[in-house]
Amino acid sequence: MLSLNFPSLRRFKNFEFILGILLVGGIAAAILLSGWLFPGGGSDINLAMRLLPPMAESAYPLGTDPLGRDLLARVVIGGEISLKVGVYSALGAVMIGIVMGLVSGYYGGIIDMLVMRFADVQLALPFILLAITFIAVIGGGLTNMIILLIISQWVQYARLVRGSVLSLKDREFILSAQAIGVRDVRILFQHLLPNLIGPVIVLMTLNVANNILLESSLTFLGLGVDPSVPSWGGMLAEGRTYLQTAWWVSVFPGLAILLTVLGLNLLGDWLRDTLDPTGRTSL
Amino acid sequence: MSHSPLLDVESLHVAFGRNEVVKNLSFSVQAGETLAIVGESGSGKSVTSLAIMRLVEYQHASITKGCIRFQRPDGITCLDLTQLTDREMRRIRGKEISMIFQEPMTSLNPVYTIGDQIAEVLALHEQHDRSSARQEAIRLLKLVRLADAESLLKRYPHQLSGGMRQRVMIAMALACKPRILVADEPTTALDVTIQAQILAIIRDLQKELGMAVIFITHDMGVVAEVADHVVVMREGEKIEEAPVKEIFANPREPYTKALLSAVPKLGSMQGHRLPRIEPLIVFDGSEARRVGESREQNTVQQDASPIVRINNLVTRFDIRKGFFGGVSHRVHAVEHVSLDIYPGETLALVGESGSGKSTIGRSIQLLQESTSGDILFSGKPVAQMSRIEKMRLRQEVQYIFQDPFASLDPRKSVGFSIAEPIHTHGLLSGRRNVQRRVSELLERVGLKPEHAERYPHEFSGGQRQRICIARALASRPKLIIADEALSALDVSIQAQIIHLMMTLQREEGLAYLFISHDMAVVEKMSHRVAVLHLGQVVELGPRQRVFDAPQHAYTRKLLAAVPVADPAQRHKHVLLEGEIPSPIRKVGDEPSIHPLIEVHPGHFVSREASHNHSPIAVNNNIQETGT
Repeated sequence: MLSLNFPSLRRFKNFEFILGILLVGGIAAAILLSGWLFPGGGSDINLAMRLLPPMAESAYPLGTDPLGRDLLARVVIGGEISLKVGVYSALGAVMIGIVMGLVSGYYGGIIDMLVMRFADVQLALPFILLAITFIAVIGGGLTNMIILLIISQWVQYARLVRGSVLSLKDREFILSAQAIGVRDVRILFQHLLPNLIGPVIVLMTLNVANNILLESSLTFLGLGVDPSVPSWGGMLAEGRTYLQTAWWVSVFPGLAILLTVLGLNLLGDWLRDTLDPTGRTSL
Repeated sequence: MSHSPLLDVESLHVAFGRNEVVKNLSFSVQAGETLAIVGESGSGKSVTSLAIMRLVEYQHASITKGCIRFQRPDGITCLDLTQLTDREMRRIRGKEISMIFQEPMTSLNPVYTIGDQIAEVLALHEQHDRSSARQEAIRLLKLVRLADAESLLKRYPHQLSGGMRQRVMIAMALACKPRILVADEPTTALDVTIQAQILAIIRDLQKELGMAVIFITHDMGVVAEVADHVVVMREGEKIEEAPVKEIFANPREPYTKALLSAVPKLGSMQGHRLPRIEPLIVFDGSEARRVGESREQNTVQQDASPIVRINNLVTRFDIRKGFFGGVSHRVHAVEHVSLDIYPGETLALVGESGSGKSTIGRSIQLLQESTSGDILFSGKPVAQMSRIEKMRLRQEVQYIFQDPFASLDPRKSVGFSIAEPIHTHGLLSGRRNVQRRVSELLERVGLKPEHAERYPHEFSGGQRQRICIARALASRPKLIIADEALSALDVSIQAQIIHLMMTLQREEGLAYLFISHDMAVVEKMSHRVAVLHLGQVVELGPRQRVFDAPQHAYTRKLLAAVPVADPAQRHKHVLLEGEIPSPIRKVGDEPSIHPLIEVHPGHFVSREASHNHSPIAVNNNIQETGT
């Protein structure tokens, strides 16, 4: 098989890493420093300055929203909630999904049947219905929202991991580890996991973006955090009505999501290829 | 016959990027002639065949220099295949030059019936309509000696055996009466008995149709069987070219000599009671040297108690079909097999695919549950073993698989893989000690200690098999089960690994359970041989007895099918008809058990009862589930 490890591709891999780190690192740094950068928290309402276009006033480089709030401050501060929701829920879902997928794929039988039927039921349930029930029973808040996202999303990881395990577990290197007497836990986490982690990483980086957007609809349902606290998804939804007259209200938070996801994807790709000792570029 | 060649390849160069894999290759093929291109892996022989078909471009390689002249049917004009456009080439591919590949399962599309796939070729090149395509397809299937051609048309590839699929591939390749057939290792994936049939079919059809055949292979036995003319390749270059008799009787180049002497020859051990370590023939680029001496392998401790004793082992797999998933058929993989393995002994298990030889190996290693019977390890049945005793079994019995690449974790360094058994069984403590042991093991199998840092893909096939052996040795085993461990390797590498395994046996007193279909290798290595047929031992005895005086008809059949690396002996052996019988039987239709009788001290042969076996074709919707 042809492995694509030409020097030019290597250079592209390094570029991928540098750009990814710059994007994600820059956004993370801005968010961490937001309290110091914008002591007002971006919630100062100034109706006289409502819907200012970008660069119209030096105090509002990205313009203002319908309530005259500083868009730049809100984009930076809003990143905190969005990233927390996106990253924590994806990480939680990945961890549960990997364990469930490994166990059900490797052991099969009744365990597999239980896990997979549970997953099917989960997939059959509409997300909004699940979300509303969840709010009604447990209530809103950031932590609850993350838990809800984890519950609704571990299934796709479990399915992906299980599928990979099924094709890997009959490979001879797994059989040969069993023949030596290697313990199951080590087979699962030392042999199977490293061989299937690539696509999981890719799915996870895509999932972060999805979760950032889901957060806004959950907030709209009242499950999220206090709607007055800015978040990218929320701002996106808010600006929709003004898209024709004041495009900047929704474009800038959208751009922030885009850059974050791009950065995470680049890092994810780089991580996947770095973890593969054969140095192949694969899906 | 005209004297200008049908296909004339002149100073051909093929490169992957900057890496030249075929350099300055020239040869020509006459109509009605079989040209064999022989070489070991990496010699560029397959790339050459793809270059002739102009399929190299799909592999991201390109023909950088040279030309391939192909004579038109009028016998006067010539086409340079390297200059044709893709469209012009498509008209030649499949119609005038066609190709068959190594793996018949992957070359057939699993979702179409055999009939549809043959008809597609006919419709594409010959403008057949439906009914005439059908008639033609039946004629083609009969041409490749497939009985019951009409019903075959409606079957899917997975319902056919490997040999049948390869015949279908040949039928498809012949659909447009090509003038050249390119065959890339067409019999490598098949059993010897089936290989003999396929070779005979190709030979006969060539005579009938008068086409030229370019036969790519690594197997000198196959070359001796089919070729008129031979081109030997090494690292992309032509080493030697000569008529087949010349190559075998009088090879000029040292590399050809080394290649020929590495081929294990059936009957080479005639008159020897014990296997022998033979000196290795090492080819160092310009000359072939002999290293080491010839010594008798007198390592068996007959008086000791056996390491493993298999008692009446039966393994069956249920096949569930239909809506309710009831068991309708069973695979009778192993039927009442009893064997002992003594310390220091090499016991060979031979048989065709489906004979149950791998299942026996897996059962010993506790990788496969058996239906009934006992396996005793140091006197104790495995079924009654505690966890700790089972761990000891897994330490003292090690398994080496056929494909050394697949049996090493691609994500783990070689050092990790070799150290794994040491960690698992807690044999050594401290990083330093483990590292030292890994280095020692790597040197033991002829590699360097610094190789521990590298990953499996950085090694060649032979080196990977050495790594697998090092890993097996790491836990200080008493018995190594080698499941077709040499089948995927080139002959020269094979000879080296045989040498290594025998040296290790002498020095460490290892026993081997050597599972193989290759009779010539078995003859070289083993002390005793058990011949398996449909899960039953049909002959068991000292190697010398089994090979020199085979008693059972099946053993004789296996021995006769082995290609002989001597063109003078071509076609001497009788051809065997028919497929390998299937071990799948209906529930309730138990096979009859043939008891073994001793015909000579230590030599057992099964007494053949009446033939009441009824092989059942594998039907669709079969799901295998382990019992």
